Amino acid sequence: MSDAQTTQIPVTVLTGYLGAGKTTLLNRILSENHGKRYAVIVNEFGEIGIDNELIVESDEEIYEMNNGCVCCTVRGDLIRVVEGLMRRPGRFDAIVIETTGLADPVPVAQTFFMDDDVRSKTRLDAVVALVDAKHLPLRLKDSREAEDQIAFADVVVLNKTDLVTPEELSKVEATIRAINPAARIHRTTRAGLALSEVLDRGAFDLSRALENDPHFLEAHDDHDHDHHDHDGHHHHDHDGHDHHHHAHPSDIHDVTVQSVSLRGGEMDPKKFFPWIEKITQMEGPNILRLKGIIALKGDDERYVIQGVHMIIEGDHQRAWKDGEKHESRLVFIGRELDAERLKKSFDACQAA
Amino acid sequence: MPTVAPLDLDGHCIAAVFLDDVPHFALADGAIHRLDHGHKTVQANDGLLAAFHDAANDRLITGGEDGKVFAVTAGGNAAELASAGKKWITSVAAGPQGAVAYASGKIAFVRFADGKTREFAHPRSVEGLAFSPKGMRFGVARYNGATLHFPAADGKPVELEWAGAHTGITFSPDGAFLVTTMQENALHGWKLADGKHMRMSGYPGKVKSLSWSAKGKWLASSGAPAAIVWPFSGKDGPMGKAPLELGTRGNAMVTSVACHPSQDVVAVGYDDGMVMAVRFTDAKEVLLRRPGKGAITSMMWDRQERRVAFGSAAGDCGVIDISA
Repeated sequence: MSDAQTTQIPVTVLTGYLGAGKTTLLNRILSENHGKRYAVIVNEFGEIGIDNELIVESDEEIYEMNNGCVCCTVRGDLIRVVEGLMRRPGRFDAIVIETTGLADPVPVAQTFFMDDDVRSKTRLDAVVALVDAKHLPLRLKDSREAEDQIAFADVVVLNKTDLVTPEELSKVEATIRAINPAARIHRTTRAGLALSEVLDRGAFDLSRALENDPHFLEAHDDHDHDHHDHDGHHHHDHDGHDHHHHAHPSDIHDVTVQSVSLRGGEMDPKKFFPWIEKITQMEGPNILRLKGIIALKGDDERYVIQGVHMIIEGDHQRAWKDGEKHESRLVFIGRELDAERLKKSFDACQAA
Repeated sequence: MPTVAPLDLDGHCIAAVFLDDVPHFALADGAIHRLDHGHKTVQANDGLLAAFHDAANDRLITGGEDGKVFAVTAGGNAAELASAGKKWITSVAAGPQGAVAYASGKIAFVRFADGKTREFAHPRSVEGLAFSPKGMRFGVARYNGATLHFPAADGKPVELEWAGAHTGITFSPDGAFLVTTMQENALHGWKLADGKHMRMSGYPGKVKSLSWSAKGKWLASSGAPAAIVWPFSGKDGPMGKAPLELGTRGNAMVTSVACHPSQDVVAVGYDDGMVMAVRFTDAKEVLLRRPGKGAITSMMWDRQERRVAFGSAAGDCGVIDISA
């Protein structure tokens, strides 16, 4: 990678509802002895009990780009604050953005892809969602944001696990897994997890993105979590007493996000690239995240792709190892995705 | 041959200006350096974000991370004009009768010469500020347009709408036109008499530097491999007319422009630190400074029209003498 890449400052985004433990985690990041200095962008000064001159208060400003694409939104305030911070880069090693409880993580993330200035100086490292184990079911009932935050996350910190029974915890975790099969989930109390699990993850780094993503790489049956199960359970009565098996996590009414996991053999690049372009153009507003490892016919290297709405990035990652199965895997997380159509059209891209 | 007196500083230069004919360089850390019988420094903000040269009062207005506004004058004087709390001051401007405007979040403040201030709250963040050269009127660049206020009176503001995020703002010297820079790679303009729109697009990059030529006949802009210079001498501004493209380079982007005080000449600064002077009439170029360490961020001509002060993102600043 180029020099510019190595000097890009990593940015971690913390999402999560009020009370989920964002401030606790942030205070740990700022106070623990890890030898790194953080600039923190918050929506409101307040709860952070640590003296740090680099806590910047910023009013959430969602700007729709003037290109006719409704999902092309950025956070105007972050562009300005990041630009200001980066004029004096020697003061900090990384940036943490704490969003409001109701914040949409998408414009935050897209800022780091769509704005050239921001993109040249910083790189999005990971989106971390904090979830309150006790209150998540309620949150999912009364808002779409809680679900979006989980769906969009690379890391989910399932916090306050001491406030729920083991059964409730399993159920909440299964719900999170149903919303986002690709995220890493950590069970914690008082946001107590190794900071290396939330910082410097490289989740948007194509060369690393899918390496630390066990659920994505495991060759299990992804259709455990697909949309049909979910629909099927809409009619079930669930008063909290009947615990379903883990393979049927979607017994909560309030999940509207779905994931579609696709697997196939080697792809014909002449078919695959036009297909993924078209899918992201047409289905972009419905796609929150997509990640994939693609085996291209006649290519010695794995090709990795990732996307946010209509933004898609891809690159060669590394050579296939000896004996490694040349398999293509792709997961879409979003809403109103036509799993059958995606599967059929994906299959049609396979090399003859 | 032009000669360059370099001043190598450590940090991003926000503004390079002349105050009482002495070159001053305001850096992002809030230190204001000057070449005044040697290199001298005065500290203004704790973290500088925005600066505006107040030509009428020969001072530099600064706003910063410390939520404060300073007025810097020649001789190393930095006086605090205002403090708006813990939030960043992200934009400053100076206007007629010693008035100063500054922005913090969604609020634009105007401080009159007598020290009284007025607040103007907006539904969205105040991105940019500029005073009209005539009358007590100022404009705010905001999401989906611009707002004009009349701070000396109690009238309702005038709203100018255009979809998209407007980040910077300037009035033409005759007060007839208002032009904004946008988050997308474009400028937008309004003819204030009738509200007619002017779209100025086609830039490969964001426009961050604007400069009006003598008497406001042209508006020079950055954001392309050349200085893009729009004609504003007609009554409808640049509508239906092509801009001049001056100082075109194949391998560098223009990052800063500064028009000559009296002639149709523009100083053009590039992302590799090069500076050229280009004449409008025949596009003739003169090299003023070879490439340096960082992108040119700010330039200003002195009153004798003899020197150009320049600053860069890497801190390699200096003064170009074109008479030598």
